[in-house]
Amino acid sequence: MLTRRSLLTAGFGLALAAAALAPAAAQSRFITVSSTTSTTDSGLFEHLLPAFKARTGIEVRVVSQGTGQALDTGRRGDADVVFVHARAQEAQFVEEGFGVERKPVMYNDFVLIGPKADPAGIRGTKDIAAALQAIQARGAPFVSRGDKSGTHAAELNLWKAAGITIEQARGPWYREIGQGMGAALNTAAAMNAYVLADRATWLNFRNRGELEIVVEGDGRLFNQYGVILVNPAKHPHVKKADGQAFIDWLTGPEGQKTIADYRINGEQLFFPNAGRPGA
Amino acid sequence: MDLSSAFASAFSLIFSGDPQFLQIVGLSLRVTLSAVLLAALIGLPLGALLAVVRFPGRSAVIVLANGLMGLPPVVAGLMVFLLLSRSGPLGPLGWLFSPAAMIMAQTLLVLPIVIALTRGAIEEMWGEYREHLTSLGLTGWRAIPTLLWDGRFVLATGLLAGFGRASAEVGAVLIVGGNIAGHTRTMTTAITLETSKGDLPLALGLGLVLIALTLAINAAAFGASRVGARFAG
Repeated sequence: MLTRRSLLTAGFGLALAAAALAPAAAQSRFITVSSTTSTTDSGLFEHLLPAFKARTGIEVRVVSQGTGQALDTGRRGDADVVFVHARAQEAQFVEEGFGVERKPVMYNDFVLIGPKADPAGIRGTKDIAAALQAIQARGAPFVSRGDKSGTHAAELNLWKAAGITIEQARGPWYREIGQGMGAALNTAAAMNAYVLADRATWLNFRNRGELEIVVEGDGRLFNQYGVILVNPAKHPHVKKADGQAFIDWLTGPEGQKTIADYRINGEQLFFPNAGRPGA
Repeated sequence: MDLSSAFASAFSLIFSGDPQFLQIVGLSLRVTLSAVLLAALIGLPLGALLAVVRFPGRSAVIVLANGLMGLPPVVAGLMVFLLLSRSGPLGPLGWLFSPAAMIMAQTLLVLPIVIALTRGAIEEMWGEYREHLTSLGLTGWRAIPTLLWDGRFVLATGLLAGFGRASAEVGAVLIVGGNIAGHTRTMTTAITLETSKGDLPLALGLGLVLIALTLAINAAAFGASRVGARFAG
């Protein structure tokens, strides 16, 4: 009796489990895009993707990671499209045969964020190299992403431009946290440190504390985004047609206009430049 | 200040009926409950078997199950990730970044808890009822259904412990689910995302909702076992 009842219970449980595991209804049409934390944290995708879906019926599933990790996701074949911002790493990705072709999409810029008290005394300068030299000279706290993201790569290039070999110059003032843009800003806010951020994430960031923009407008702070279809020759399951449709829309007039239309408090976050040669 | 706005955002989340929010709550429950169910189906019989059957290497298996109760979620996530990645052995399934992958990872986390706690509870009962059950002709594994049924209220506590572990973790579901909006975003990964956006009140508000949900489920389980125990006499 008891045995029969427990068997029934087990059978019922099994049926429930099967129901829970079964994919919900019919599989909808979707592609997977691995992108950067900045495009997600800035709210761009919430603005962009509904417009794309309305036009094509294709759902875009975005996994947001640092640029290095996002490209690795593409290398393993776990995404159909990568949408990132680190020119050299993108070129390498295509060279290795993992990507079909890199296309420029849009740009914005990096800004150096710092505490209002400005212990390195750099507010208002336009020279990012001089600003970093001052931070290092005074040993003012600086938070580094340290996660192989596009912003991390940009930061390392800027130290180089400032003539500082960060591996040697680093001390307790240089705090590498190995996390995303938002986490880096939270950390900087908590310890009143300087941090390099992309402008879009900064504009959408709420927990600013004592932080503000201290350096902006240097040409070296330019931040270009590119999009690449993962190579179907390497990964045959890549959704080539739908992935290409997303890239074409993003770099076409409608996608470019939708990007330009995204604003926070009247401020434009990303500037489309798909048509500009060499971008 | 922040705490009061967290409570405010928790309340407005609950009472707004925002479909996005309900979808996140629904997915969290679906993933966690499925994982607990699967872990129960596998772990209860296995734990009981471990309690009543003697075989070489049994102690090693017990230590393994006990030890894996402390398996770091991020490691479980990484293991499932490498299995399910397109470049991994189970890649052709296409399960990565889906709820199925999240259920798999959480099952892996809950299973050792269910096995270890079941083994402990059943072994104690087996010591007590062995002679009685043997006299009824229930020896070895044949005694397992009876033992599991009689121990159901104790075993439910083990399942709740497993539920707690699964519903609270973020490391595994973040890696294998990818925190995709509308598809694999759960309560815990949403909290992580809102924290990284610097919207701390909303993040904490989501946290309060999660705590309330966990309490509600535990209260329901407690009530059910009370009622059940009364009828079981």
